[in-house]
Amino acid sequence: MGDRAAITAPAATGSAGAVEARALGKTFVMRTPWTDRLLRRTVPRRVHAVEDVSFTIARGRTFALVGESGCGKSTLARLMVGLETPTHGSAWLDGVDVQATLEGPRAVAQALRRRMQMIFQDPYASLNPRWRVADIVAEPLLEQGLIEPAQASERVAALLASVGLDGVDARKFPHQFSGGQRQRISIARAIATGPEFLVCDEPTSALDVSVQAQVLNLMADLQRERALTCLFISHNLVVVRYVADDVGVMYLGRLVELAPKAELFAAPRHPYTRMLLAAVPDLLSRDRERAPVLGEVPNPLAPPSGCAFHPRCPHANERCRLERPALRPSGPVQVACHAVEEGRI
Amino acid sequence: MTGPLLEVRDLCVEFPTRHGTLRALDGVSFDIAAGEILGIVGESGAGKSLTGAAIIGLLEPPGRVCGGQILLEGRRIDDLPADAMRRLRGKHIGAIFQDPLTSLNPLYTVGRQLIETLRTHLPLSASAARARAIDLLRQTGIPAPEARMAQYPHEFSGGMRQRAVIALALAGEPQLIIADEPTTALDVAVQAQIIALLRGVTQAHGASVMLITHDMGVIAETCDRVAVMYAGHIVEIGPVSEVIHHPAHPYTAGLMASVPSLVDTRGRLAQIQGSLPRLDEIPSGCAFHPRCPKASPRCTDERPELALVQRTRAACWWPIIENTAA
Repeated sequence: MGDRAAITAPAATGSAGAVEARALGKTFVMRTPWTDRLLRRTVPRRVHAVEDVSFTIARGRTFALVGESGCGKSTLARLMVGLETPTHGSAWLDGVDVQATLEGPRAVAQALRRRMQMIFQDPYASLNPRWRVADIVAEPLLEQGLIEPAQASERVAALLASVGLDGVDARKFPHQFSGGQRQRISIARAIATGPEFLVCDEPTSALDVSVQAQVLNLMADLQRERALTCLFISHNLVVVRYVADDVGVMYLGRLVELAPKAELFAAPRHPYTRMLLAAVPDLLSRDRERAPVLGEVPNPLAPPSGCAFHPRCPHANERCRLERPALRPSGPVQVACHAVEEGRI
Repeated sequence: MTGPLLEVRDLCVEFPTRHGTLRALDGVSFDIAAGEILGIVGESGAGKSLTGAAIIGLLEPPGRVCGGQILLEGRRIDDLPADAMRRLRGKHIGAIFQDPLTSLNPLYTVGRQLIETLRTHLPLSASAARARAIDLLRQTGIPAPEARMAQYPHEFSGGMRQRAVIALALAGEPQLIIADEPTTALDVAVQAQIIALLRGVTQAHGASVMLITHDMGVIAETCDRVAVMYAGHIVEIGPVSEVIHHPAHPYTAGLMASVPSLVDTRGRLAQIQGSLPRLDEIPSGCAFHPRCPKASPRCTDERPELALVQRTRAACWWPIIENTAA
């Protein structure tokens, strides 16, 4: 910890939310072949991967986003750190507009980049196989000009130690490690620049359970020690239960429920959240009552009218088919559901 | 029927490499009774998929069975010639793999693949096979099966493809279905549907299932018995609820404690120190001893065999024995 104080130490002026998404949206345009455009006059199709998503993450807390494949959670993660350009709205880190800053002067942009880092799902794909671990972990530090090359080996050893790896591992290549160890290397690289905001996109879904437990515990320790603010993306509600403070549930690009963890698991409100929870195969609750899971996620190119969940929802009525529900407060949580709002469920 | 449907006795599989021969499965023995669902669980590299591949005779060369016997209804099937093995697959043993796209031919319609499989294994006329195929698609919960027959695999969603693969596996009316991570590539909501389907249709057809998965939750909700594998051995085998709630082997206990659960009240997951050994560095004696909190000198020297401990069978010199009042 001590070695990092010099580079961390952001001006911790007590703002309400360290990280904020304001009406964030991303639309992808599907390219069609020019012959089709010419001959069939097809218009480019649009996918609204993320639409009108707003949330804040208080400093030092973990916000988890859950949803099925294709619901836009990874796109949202990339928007938050400026890897994608938003088509609507903006992402903010500590009162700074992320996109505007990254497009601004290089020095300012670089200072912002070191404050936010990302851990990806696949530790086999996110580490350069031709680089030694020492080079992988030291790269962000050297790139940012935070250390002199001569200091690198000492810093790398300290970082590896903090993620439970040995100093001699620095000389090895990624292929010499198991999946869990590789994810530790990714974590060491991500925390190297002393970021305040860490985005973890499915960090344990490629790992075995016993290794997943090790990595989740390690991340919890690092987060506490370094007061990291985390955005944790996962399709696995059970894992979310262990890491999150607050949870957002996404369906077809929109937030349908936003709740403190305890509320979400004790009393899920949105029918989709209930369905997801019911679908989780669980070790310890074999004989619980479960709502049947209906249908599949619709094609994002042709989303249903009104509430996107209505074709799968047991509580859908005419209003749900026509009118899209907005995210509204319901007790301690926010839900986008007509049935909840009208007190039908 | 008397005796188990499938018997695996001391199965060994090895891979010759430049640096010597690696033993990937070592003395694996278990039975599957008729109509039973046996789960095989373990972490990556424990040998669970190899066990399945060895049974259906689809080991990737240079891997080879180097010992033991596999018996289906009392008849040896591990030494069958390739031709006879091919007839056995599909007719007597069906297979479902993780990625439905690799099991379906992208160039043929789903209907054509089903009809071809049906007519290979059963004496059916073209029209009877077609009717049967539509019926199978309906049983696996595919809406509008007549229209789906004419579609190609790419026109199916992931969940629907896996349903079609299950229909294919059931086509030859096999007594045993080997399902290797059938739900791993699917979203959780679709996964729940496929698990329910697998349980339902195999029961309706009276087929036994060997379900290979790394997901303990899936095992808990699907299987009758479960075998836990570690480094090429079965370390514990027994009824599902006993293995989950009263594990005797320290590895099983550690594994169960590291599984996150919805109804768990702990703030932190338990973890097993260290990681699975590589095949070329399998420890002597009990392969788990370097990671085991109860290891003794005996564990380093002598390999434990499966033996009855309370309600499960475990391969351990110092099994966990619960001091219950009973």
